[in-house]
Amino acid sequence: MRHLMNPLDFSVEELDRLLDLANDIEKNPEKYAHSCSGKKLATLFYEPSTRTRLSFEAAMLNLGGSVLGFSSADSSSAAKGESVADTIRVISCYADICAMRHPKEGAPLIASMKSRIPVINAGDGGHQHPTQTLTDLLTIRSLKGRLGNFTIGLCGDLKFGRTVHSLIQALIRYPNVSFVLISPEELRIPDNIRDDVLRRNHQQFKEVVRLEDALPELDLLYMTRVQRERFFNEEDYVRMKDFYILDKEKLKLAGPDMMILHPLPRVNEISVEVDDDPRAAYFKQAQYGVYVRMALILTLLGLEGNIC
Amino acid sequence: MLNVGKLNEGVVLDHIVAGKSMELYKYLKLDKMDCCVAIIKNAHSNKMGKKDIIKVECPIDQLDLNVLGFIDHNITVNIIKDGEIVSKKELSLPKKLVNIIHCKNPRCITSIEQGIDHIFFLADEEKEIYRCQYCEEKYRSSGSKS
Repeated sequence: MRHLMNPLDFSVEELDRLLDLANDIEKNPEKYAHSCSGKKLATLFYEPSTRTRLSFEAAMLNLGGSVLGFSSADSSSAAKGESVADTIRVISCYADICAMRHPKEGAPLIASMKSRIPVINAGDGGHQHPTQTLTDLLTIRSLKGRLGNFTIGLCGDLKFGRTVHSLIQALIRYPNVSFVLISPEELRIPDNIRDDVLRRNHQQFKEVVRLEDALPELDLLYMTRVQRERFFNEEDYVRMKDFYILDKEKLKLAGPDMMILHPLPRVNEISVEVDDDPRAAYFKQAQYGVYVRMALILTLLGLEGNIC
Repeated sequence: MLNVGKLNEGVVLDHIVAGKSMELYKYLKLDKMDCCVAIIKNAHSNKMGKKDIIKVECPIDQLDLNVLGFIDHNITVNIIKDGEIVSKKELSLPKKLVNIIHCKNPRCITSIEQGIDHIFFLADEEKEIYRCQYCEEKYRSSGSKS
């Protein structure tokens, strides 16, 4: 039985197959409309989420399966003090596959160690968010036509931004990717990513503070939100939240083909006036999120080969 | 000069950094073992100036030497039989530590989940860096080079 905790749980070849499957789902959705008939997805969300939870639910419903779960810790037995290990043992009796989001880092890993059904990490604190990474990879490959041979700027909260950590780990496996890490001093990339991932793998990267300095050289810009929920101190959040705002004026510094991605939700780090720019790909990215989660559910349930 | 009797069968841990012996005593769970233990602090050492020594009268397999490798792999482990040193054991950094150290990251699931193993893996052997298996927060061993 397989779980997904980290984007590296899949080899590059397995990822290619998954992304191929997602592209086929995009082109032929009707072919997959009943492939999970009779299967149930449990969405265990201990922390608020709109698009991740709903895209998991949409994915399972698109596959003809059904969905059960909770959308906050308050409405689960966690409020009564139940452990993650106990919860997953019980959920294993009710569902065929589970997606878990938890504010504590490593919670889905504990669930996977005790579970009898595949567990998908749908985000654990500031640690990992592998299905967002699958979404990002599918978006880049579909719209850019390749994974590799580009310069990507990652901007905003690189310290707590789990989507950034997961994406870097995934992208280092592709050729000729260079990284420009754009963040305020206080929100720089954590050393486990800088040292153990980038340096150890001899990746080309640099760290800058000003977005304007980086824009001209980027093929892709991955914006992130400064997340209020990751700060223990409100003052620190207030000081950081408006550090980067991408607007039309700044975009003049970027190349005509630079793709703009964002895991969403955004607050104000991308001005709404950018939404109509042809380089803005973040709403398409949300659509790709459903396709890739459909492909993931099929793969983890071992049903990907059963589609005619 | 303080004299501590000769061991007939057991283990002598030599070249312990002065002052570290009680830490080792705790990690090796010697307090829970029903055998004779001698701790010598601040003994003279030509190599180290001062050192600590622990003598334990028990078979070698009763000690978790993995833990020793984590604390300081420069410690000399002498195996004693019939009053003589019969072998010396090389220590190395263990690949995995289970319930030896705890994660200090308040965002880690181990800060709230009861009854789970606290597991660290060796992320960088050269820099002697361990990371929590759950949240990947760094923990450096006491002899860490950076």
